[in-house]
Order: sequence, then structure tokens, then C-alpha cells
Amino acid sequence: MHELSIIYGVVSTVSEAMKDKPNVRILSVRMRVGALSGVVEGALQFGYEIATEGTMLAGSQLVVENLPVVIFCQHCGKPQELPGVQSFRCPVCNTPSGDIRQGRELEVESIEVEEAA
Amino acid sequence: MTTRIVELRQGVLKKNDELARALRTKFEESGLLVLNLVSSPGTGKTAFLERTLRELRAAGAHPAALVGDLETDNDARRLAASGAPVRQINTHGRCHLEAEMIGDHLESWRHEGWQMDNFDYLFIENVGNLVCPSSYDLGEAVRVALLSVTEGEDKPLKYPTIFNSSDIAVITKIDLAEPCEFNAELARKNLNEIRPGITILETSAKTGAGFPQWLEFLSGRRAGRMATQETAI
Repeated sequence: MHELSIIYGVVSTVSEAMKDKPNVRILSVRMRVGALSGVVEGALQFGYEIATEGTMLAGSQLVVENLPVVIFCQHCGKPQELPGVQSFRCPVCNTPSGDIRQGRELEVESIEVEEAA
Repeated sequence: MTTRIVELRQGVLKKNDELARALRTKFEESGLLVLNLVSSPGTGKTAFLERTLRELRAAGAHPAALVGDLETDNDARRLAASGAPVRQINTHGRCHLEAEMIGDHLESWRHEGWQMDNFDYLFIENVGNLVCPSSYDLGEAVRVALLSVTEGEDKPLKYPTIFNSSDIAVITKIDLAEPCEFNAELARKNLNEIRPGITILETSAKTGAGFPQWLEFLSGRRAGRMATQETAI
């Protein structure tokens, strides 16, 4: 369970980006979390409120976009999305592939802020 | 009051990733092959490493090891019996090692003979945990996932993230395969489902089975690294 460390990483990423804008209120934080990131949404949500307390993210909502794994299939000649992480084979032609094109993401994509007009 | 969306598009582990990249460059420049060993608690990482250090030294190599644990320096003391330089990193509750811990410790030990140029292999024994270490790059060249015959053949399916991000899978305690009714073929099949084409070694730190192949893998990877370096220069 290292999701708390991850949320602290989110707090510092956002605080750093917004350090010159102390008058904005952060309404929500949107993250992209790949199926191979080693992080699960439930644990992130569970720790979010506590970990953001007393920071500029306090009271904001965490929105997680879960990204499936996409491999590149040599046989089909194109990227293919996997239904899970139990088998790294093309779901169309069954060819194994270790060429991962999506699924390791662990990013803060954007934040929604409210500011005085 | 107006609301707007601010695009950030930043990796949460950006700081760790940047530190790891800097370490990797430093390791490569020193001709040091760095390996990150990950497994569950009790897989036998320490026994495996103990034998690896002894055999490498007997072959004239200069290996060193860093051991990560929540508490105690038991493992470092065990490994030091091999004669290789070994240091312990206590994470005090943290479930994984991070690049910053590696960098800071190496820096603080620099005046105690821990110059990277003195070694040719550095083994980092991560905290026993198959979940959290997968997210943290330590600047290693090779990530080694270990699983023992006592853990069951489906470990790779249960923890796909760590096995998928590893370069080699080492099956330990193979001398116990029979009493544990371990099906090596099934374990290999599961590893290949999660990481197609992964190199798999069956080893025993007790009997030495699989160690010639492991040492060959190590020297091959190190030679490969050096050759890449020379071409780059």
C-alpha cells in the first residue's frame, strides 16, 4: 500500500504548478492511472481526503481515469487493447506481445480551479 | 467567480523518475551493472544473493550489495559474510525503496570506500513486497523478480505488474520442488503470459543449481552494457 506516498506526490505536483496562484480554489484533480501502474483507484480515493488535509487540495475531488493496457501486436500490425492484465496476448489473434503502448501511466492530467473573475 | 481547467500532464513519480535516470547514467559511466531484486518476503532473496556474491567473488568479480528492509540490519550482516561490501537501508515503515534513498546513501558512503568505480556489480535487495516496488525505478539496468517453489505457480498472475516490469524471473528453492509439488512448466507458462519471452532461471541457493546460468546471464549483461558504452563513446 503505497497510495499515500502517491497522493503526496500529487499534492506536491499540483502545489508546485500553482505556487504563484494562491487565490485559486482547487475543485477537482483529474488523474490518469494505467492498469500496470501498480496503483488502484479505491486505495487512492480512500486516502485522498486525509492526505490532502491542510494542503491547497483540501476539499477537492479526485477524478480517476482508469486506462487499460494497450499492446502493439506484430501480427495485426496495430495497437490492441487488452481486457485485463492476466494475459499479454493480442485479443484478436492471440499472438503474445511484450510491446506495451499504454498502461503504465500515473499522471496528474489536469485540475479544475475556481478563481475570482 | 470563474472555473477553468488547468492542464498539467505530469507524472506523479516524476521526481523519482528523474533521480533514477540520473543514477542510471552515473552507473553506466562507472561500468557498473545494477540489479534490483524484488520478491515477496520469504522467497529467499538473501540466500540467493549470498551465494551470488560468493560465487562472483570466487570468479574474480567485485560485487557489492544494498539491502532494503523496514527495520534491522540482519540481512546486511548475513550478506557481509560473503566478504563483499554490503550496506543496509532501513525504510522505517516504508514498503519500498526509492531512487532518492539509493542516491543519498551512495553519496554519504562515498568516503567509506563506496566509490562506484570500485565495483562491477551492485545488487539492490528491495523490501520484500510484490506490489509497491513496481512503481519505483531505482536506476537499475536489470529488474529481477524472484519467486520460490513454495509460493505457487500462479504468483505472476496474481502480481502481474511486478512480473511484467521485470527483465528476468528467478525461481528459487528448486531443490524443494518435489515435496511442494511445484509444477515448473505451469510457472513458466504463467510467467510467459504476463511477460512474453522473459528469461527464466530455476535455482537453488542450497545446491547451487542454476547458478552457472545466472552468472553467465550477469556477465553477459555486463559485457553488453560495456559494449554499448564503448559504441556510444
